[in-house]
Amino acid sequence: MPEPILQFDGISKSFFGVHALQDVTFSLPKGHLLGLIGENGAGKTTLMNILGGVLQPDCGGMRLKGRDYAPRNPAEATEAGVAFIHQELNLFTNLSIADNLFIDRFPRLGKSPFVNKRAARARARQLLESLNLNLSPETLVDRLTPGERQLVEIAKALSTGAEMIIFDEPTTSLTAGEIERLFGIIQDLRRQGKSMIYISHNLGNVLELADEIVVLRDGRVVDHGPRESFTIDKMISRMVGRDISQIFPSRQSRPMDEIVLDVRGLSHPGVVRDIDLTLHKAEVLGLFGLMGSGRTELARILFGLESFERGRIRVDGRQCGEGGTSEERGQDALATRGQDARDTEIRSPRKSIRRGMAFVTENRREEGLLMEATIVDNVSLAALPAFASPRPPRLLHARQLREAVARVAESMRIKSGPVHRTLAKNLSGGNQQKVVIGKWLMARPAIFIMDEPTRGIDVGAKYEVYSIINDLAAQGAGILLISSELEELMGMCDRIVVMSKGEVQGAFDRSEFDRERILHAAFKGHQAHQRGTR
Amino acid sequence: MAWRFIRHGLLSENFVLYLSIVFFAGLYLFMPYIASGRNLANISSNMWPLLALVLGQMFVLILGGIDLSQTSIMALTSVIGGILMTTQLDPALFEKSPLWGILLSPEGSPISGTALAVPLGILTMLAVGMFVGLLNGLAVAKFRMPAFMVTLVSMMFFSGLAIYLTKSENIMYLPGGFTMLGSGEIGPVPYSFLVVLVLAVVAQVVLKHTVLGRWFFAVGKSLRTSVVSGVPTERVIILGYVFSGFCAAVASVLYSARLACGRPTLGQNLLLDVIGAAVIGGISLFGGKGKVLWAFFGVLFFVLLSNALSMLALPFYAEPVIKGTVILLAAFLDVTRNRLLAREVLA
Repeated sequence: MPEPILQFDGISKSFFGVHALQDVTFSLPKGHLLGLIGENGAGKTTLMNILGGVLQPDCGGMRLKGRDYAPRNPAEATEAGVAFIHQELNLFTNLSIADNLFIDRFPRLGKSPFVNKRAARARARQLLESLNLNLSPETLVDRLTPGERQLVEIAKALSTGAEMIIFDEPTTSLTAGEIERLFGIIQDLRRQGKSMIYISHNLGNVLELADEIVVLRDGRVVDHGPRESFTIDKMISRMVGRDISQIFPSRQSRPMDEIVLDVRGLSHPGVVRDIDLTLHKAEVLGLFGLMGSGRTELARILFGLESFERGRIRVDGRQCGEGGTSEERGQDALATRGQDARDTEIRSPRKSIRRGMAFVTENRREEGLLMEATIVDNVSLAALPAFASPRPPRLLHARQLREAVARVAESMRIKSGPVHRTLAKNLSGGNQQKVVIGKWLMARPAIFIMDEPTRGIDVGAKYEVYSIINDLAAQGAGILLISSELEELMGMCDRIVVMSKGEVQGAFDRSEFDRERILHAAFKGHQAHQRGTR
Repeated sequence: MAWRFIRHGLLSENFVLYLSIVFFAGLYLFMPYIASGRNLANISSNMWPLLALVLGQMFVLILGGIDLSQTSIMALTSVIGGILMTTQLDPALFEKSPLWGILLSPEGSPISGTALAVPLGILTMLAVGMFVGLLNGLAVAKFRMPAFMVTLVSMMFFSGLAIYLTKSENIMYLPGGFTMLGSGEIGPVPYSFLVVLVLAVVAQVVLKHTVLGRWFFAVGKSLRTSVVSGVPTERVIILGYVFSGFCAAVASVLYSARLACGRPTLGQNLLLDVIGAAVIGGISLFGGKGKVLWAFFGVLFFVLLSNALSMLALPFYAEPVIKGTVILLAAFLDVTRNRLLAREVLA
């Protein structure tokens, strides 16, 4: 066994009295790739922040290359040879590849303050070649695909002479081809003796790449062993702490005949064309399509965030679920029940909400959450008018609001410190998503549009989101579920509508679900388009 | 022990209040006359109009905006109020005014001297303030123009207009019913305090206990999330600027009454005091943060500072230097404080 390059020795860290890490101890032999897995909130990010000098442990220590290692800031970590490839890439898109590579270490002309551009270019070219990336160092990062950007990040890590490289969810925005290329490079790096930590929710990838695997749960190491000792099922059950017999919870309810959302001939130039869509009460309707197929744009139009030119959207926003506590909460929705939302009418998210719609957007940080606000403020935001006197000055019924938020937070099982003090930005991805969904639950909507609700959240949190979706359907809500993961839609939906190039290319009932045929429909417009241009 | 005590004070909501008290007590050792009845009355009379301005500014700052036009609103409304209420104008001075012969005569305006002059004058001032705020708000909310540019332009435009209306002359001879607002008292309580107290209570209720208040903070924290969550963001933004304009007009009433004149340059040097007091109080320039109490503390500290400096009878150049240094120090303390807070809350 080679000597360990990195050792964690009894690392503990808590925030707010909540333990994020407890006595984390493991080591990584030189030249190995360690897969680090765990649910969101299990402590992976905190551990990596400690490794990267962003946070300092409360107790315990680290050793790197046989020496004590206690970085006080990210610069010291870089100096020590630790490099991070982040999920959200940290590149300046307005600068060239070479500028990005040397942003903090430009080669100079002698000792002068002037940049030696030629040396920078040459060194950059060399680095890019070592990664088989045939691009000019002058290329603006803006022009690169996500996969190429990822490789530039890796080149940057190599340029700092890193020996310890941490990959944090590197594949989320890559195509299949790009992922393959990335894995090839990871293998190369391993051959060159680099040590790596690979963090991902894609357990298949972890199993494929890792020499050994560490499982974190609730801030503790619950398993550590060679890859051979793991299977996907075992990984999941160790992460979640229980056996997951199935990835998708079973549905109890069936769709009803009643239609809650009816779209006819919806068109907007360059975005969507002639969309027909019917969402029934208690139905989970999948909307599948590749990036750029128009699925997100359609959702935004339906919710009133964007306008459309032709067609009709009919919303039957009746309240659903049991135990509506407040009369007036239902009134707005009832008053507008069955109204047409034509293009002639001014539409807005506000009106859509009144008609009983809810929209979980694909980017929860920018459009789902107030990152700097507490959980309470986030959860209550959309439903505020329902908890106030109907006429100005619209005083809030603080106690009712507080109780309703507490109920939602509890039913969502949001793991956090006190809900009135914890800021959304300090939650894990899964818990953040639960806050977003919770916000909409407060208003008891009849129609849920969910755009990639499980993106970037872990297996356990995904399961919980699926359960919430099923519960909502069981209570009679119609759910439009948008996802780029076909398995997810096939596991969850009653029906799947496939979009491509802004058009509906096919619809499949649950009995007709067939991976091949659905994918074929999703690529349909693309092939036609390609033929057309040839 | 001492460190813990300081740390507690630093992290407290009332940090700026403690700072003010320490500052005042420190000065008292060297200048006991700072606590004389007359000086305290002076401090108080300086505080209330400034607080009115800061309260309005706070609403805009919470939205993530800024209102540079408050001082020009003061100047404009001061002139307009003066024109409507004055009882005597010197033709030699005002003949050049574009309003001479239309609205202005040697006996003032058509309503001058009537019982309606004061209430109508004040209402017009408030309405004009809200109207300018409405223009600002529309430009920011509907046309998505940057608040800084919009209000900078209206600052220039309306202060220019104020000077143009009277050709830069002050309007004297305001009725006693109006000037009383600036200097009058009920027992020991000045009118200006009562007026601003009402304003502060309204602001507090709106921010803490209404849907609108929550919306203000939400818009300041993330406009996009607010839109998706059904917040009528445009209306909220417009209301913020209208309230700011209203508060500026209230301040204009109080200042004009105290000076007993309509002055086209009123408030010219106040803008930095307003922003400075707001920021010292802890209201963030980046939006999403603000409290009525913080506005009060900020104003208290700022007025104490100005008062102390003017009492020291320093050479004219020293005052801004010291003021700037103290603001810098306060900003530094605030940053330190936020870093300590962040370390405590990080999870």
